[in-house]
Amino acid sequence: MSDSKEHSVDLNSYIRLCAVIFLVLICTTAAMIATSYSHIGNGWTLKVTLILSIAIVNAFLVAGYLMHLLSEKKLIYTVLVFTVFFFAGLMGLTMWAMGDFPVGTVAH
Amino acid sequence: MEIPYTIENRPDTGIYNAKLGIWLFLASEVMLFGGLFSAYVLLRVGAEPGTWPHGWLDVKLGTINTLILALSAITTLLAWAACKVRQFGKFKFFHGCTILLGISFLCLHMYEYHDEWTHYEIQLANGKIADGHLAETSKDFDLAKKTGFVKLEEGRVVDDSKELADLRTPEARAAKHEDITLQAADIKSMENYSPRHNTFTAIYFTITGLHGLHVLGGTLVIFYLWGPGRRMYKTDPERYTNRIEVSGLFWHFVDLVWIFLFPVLYLT
Repeated sequence: MSDSKEHSVDLNSYIRLCAVIFLVLICTTAAMIATSYSHIGNGWTLKVTLILSIAIVNAFLVAGYLMHLLSEKKLIYTVLVFTVFFFAGLMGLTMWAMGDFPVGTVAH
Repeated sequence: MEIPYTIENRPDTGIYNAKLGIWLFLASEVMLFGGLFSAYVLLRVGAEPGTWPHGWLDVKLGTINTLILALSAITTLLAWAACKVRQFGKFKFFHGCTILLGISFLCLHMYEYHDEWTHYEIQLANGKIADGHLAETSKDFDLAKKTGFVKLEEGRVVDDSKELADLRTPEARAAKHEDITLQAADIKSMENYSPRHNTFTAIYFTITGLHGLHVLGGTLVIFYLWGPGRRMYKTDPERYTNRIEVSGLFWHFVDLVWIFLFPVLYLT
């Protein structure tokens, strides 16, 4: 959300923006459900990738427009860059650990 | 002593203090939920093939909850915008809607929890497994003494627990569900779908429980600002608007977490 000194607020334009975003969120949610029940790929890998990609679009809409992240201050971006870095590290290390077995415990 | 930078921006950060504070808090929240999401990934990828549950949760309820939270995110933003242009009546309406939507989300979640809690997997003495919702237990039911009976609603009996893992297979969808009465003498053990049932229910209750607490906390804060806290609007409307903005940012974060929880738990 933005600062009054930098953005003048027009309630009607916000209502229009919100209506569009809500409609898009409904459509993307429907797309996620349709993908989940579709017969794409052999297993879950492709489906999960597609569904999470749509979820990222939803997240972008909420963070970008509803939280006004698209027009935020540099300091907020700096904080979030660090957050993304550590979050990616957390997930990356988790995935890496999945294949990292102690020597001699896995038959090759 | 007056608290500095509650309205005007700090020269060095370019934003007022509460806004920086909430963003730092949200950054820590990302890591909190990130830890749980990584635990989910670890459990799911590490599960034996064919054992990870699919289709255990009600997609209809999950979808309704998704739309409820999305709509509440919209009403939160509109409440802030109305407050910003000093249309207090509209602000009250939009924030009132947010509170009602938050409560609706929690009620639906409670219903889902109740559904899981009354869902039982029963190991039978003949090696088979009965699965269904517990509808009735006789007054003299005692598993240790092997007396009495239980009735399962829309239950079914399977040979292997793996048949209960993926409920979205054509076989599982075609399976016949019926009311089943089981004598205690035929039951070896029984367990409901509580957190201790398996790793899926454990991580499901942990993540959604923590998220639910966030929804509850957010609803209480918004209710305070909507109710007793609104007195500040008369004395210091700009500071009050900033409070609405900060609470709104938290609420949007709660929505963001659900945007990922819904597909991860309900759809994949």
